[in-house]
Amino acid sequence: MIEVKNLVKSFEDKTVLYGIDATFLDGKTNLIIGQSGSGKTVLMKNLIGLVTPDSGKILYDGRDLITMSASQKKSLRTEIGMLFQGSALFDNETVLGNVMFPLKMFSDMTPAEMRDRADFCLERVNLKGAHHKYPAEISGGMQKRVAIARAIALNPKYLFCDEPNSGLDPQTSILIDELLWDITHEYNITTIINTHDMNSVLGIGENIVFISKGKVDWVGTKDNIYHAESENLNDFVFATDLFRKVKKAALLLEKEQQRR
Amino acid sequence: MLFLTSCLHTFGQYALFMKRVLTKPDRWRESAKRYVFEISKLGIDSIPLVIVISLFIGAVIAIQMQINFENPLLPTYTVGLATRDVLLLEFSSSILCLILAGKVGSNIASEIGTMRVTEQIDALEIMGVNSCNFIVLPKILALLTFIPVLTVFSMASGLIGGYLIAQFTDIITVANYIYGIQTMFVEWYVWYAIIKSLFFSVIITSVASFYGYYVKGGALDVGKASTNSVVASSILILLMDVLLTKLLLQ
Repeated sequence: MIEVKNLVKSFEDKTVLYGIDATFLDGKTNLIIGQSGSGKTVLMKNLIGLVTPDSGKILYDGRDLITMSASQKKSLRTEIGMLFQGSALFDNETVLGNVMFPLKMFSDMTPAEMRDRADFCLERVNLKGAHHKYPAEISGGMQKRVAIARAIALNPKYLFCDEPNSGLDPQTSILIDELLWDITHEYNITTIINTHDMNSVLGIGENIVFISKGKVDWVGTKDNIYHAESENLNDFVFATDLFRKVKKAALLLEKEQQRR
Repeated sequence: MLFLTSCLHTFGQYALFMKRVLTKPDRWRESAKRYVFEISKLGIDSIPLVIVISLFIGAVIAIQMQINFENPLLPTYTVGLATRDVLLLEFSSSILCLILAGKVGSNIASEIGTMRVTEQIDALEIMGVNSCNFIVLPKILALLTFIPVLTVFSMASGLIGGYLIAQFTDIITVANYIYGIQTMFVEWYVWYAIIKSLFFSVIITSVASFYGYYVKGGALDVGKASTNSVVASSILILLMDVLLTKLLLQ
């Protein structure tokens, strides 16, 4: 479990996060959502230690990231997997090389064991026959899957995903969402997903944290989001006609079920 | 005043960057693999360029020396002697490294800059890898160990360029040229060139890596960083050239 307590972050004169309190649950898909410029990317960068907050606490199962020594941080990082928005695969490594990279750097496996583990991870993300291709030779969806395989290679306890669906077609987006959902539950990972994609919010959001203007505006799940009273949240999630209809249909269905 | 503050800030940032670069690698085996790869990319791939440029410059120097030494009091072998000394003292170390700052430096800055804007460096950091050390140290060590080879190749190619002029034109005889390049030979000049090139190689790789590592923005900024790295390393090479010449030759 990751707990964020009273997190404040400013850049020069501009405060971006105003005392964020949030909890990200084990074995669940935790979503951070919010409008552009609301501070969700800054929150994620704080969580993974790429940015140091001005004040507050970030507790990884009780261990405070901010007060950790360099060696403790290094050890914690081996428990973290990260899926970047642009996949961030190493250009000069093949698909197999990318997945084997964290194993080479942080495990004591033999080359054969590393190969087996990489094969397993690539198979888990349904990627076969692309082992010896370079990132530039595969599609965006395949790159995301390679990045997921690389992120889970070391059996992480925490998986961070920065806009995993950006730049993907709707079908591939759903496949990536399903994959993240399956992996989270299969390996009991604390998955934190930073997203704009409303399909993801309504599809896999087991614990949703909505950030607005640098503050936590609403916390809930994909099931109770239809009843949320937050005006900011409703404006954001149900901004399009399609999603307003989805909400209407969901509420009608709920009423129908209650009546029965 | 603002310029001075900016220079000091950049120097401080560079010093902190180098502190991170010059640490023990996380995995020696992986760093050794990258070192071999970088020798191939930065060193061996530069050999054709070094040979071609040195061959032509050697030829040009020989022609220019002949034009300037048309005094009947000067022996004709002076052309060979002067060509050799120009190559050893300045061209095969300083000018060659200025050329490499363009070729190798821009390559390094754009490669690392692209890694930065595509979040590959962030990916390394999040995995717990010291990205400065992992990416930059093999490059510095690779060029540092290979630059003497490039310098010696340049000297030899330059002298061959002069020889070809003697062979295929009538401005100087081959015998005179060969006598000239052997006359009053100072072995220290070769060491002087190699020592200078070692310093320059560290400037080329570390400055280019520094500019690439701190790129902010997109593709346009990678291009700017690449240009800035070439300008900065060229100025530093020239400053270091003056300093080393004063220290090593006087």
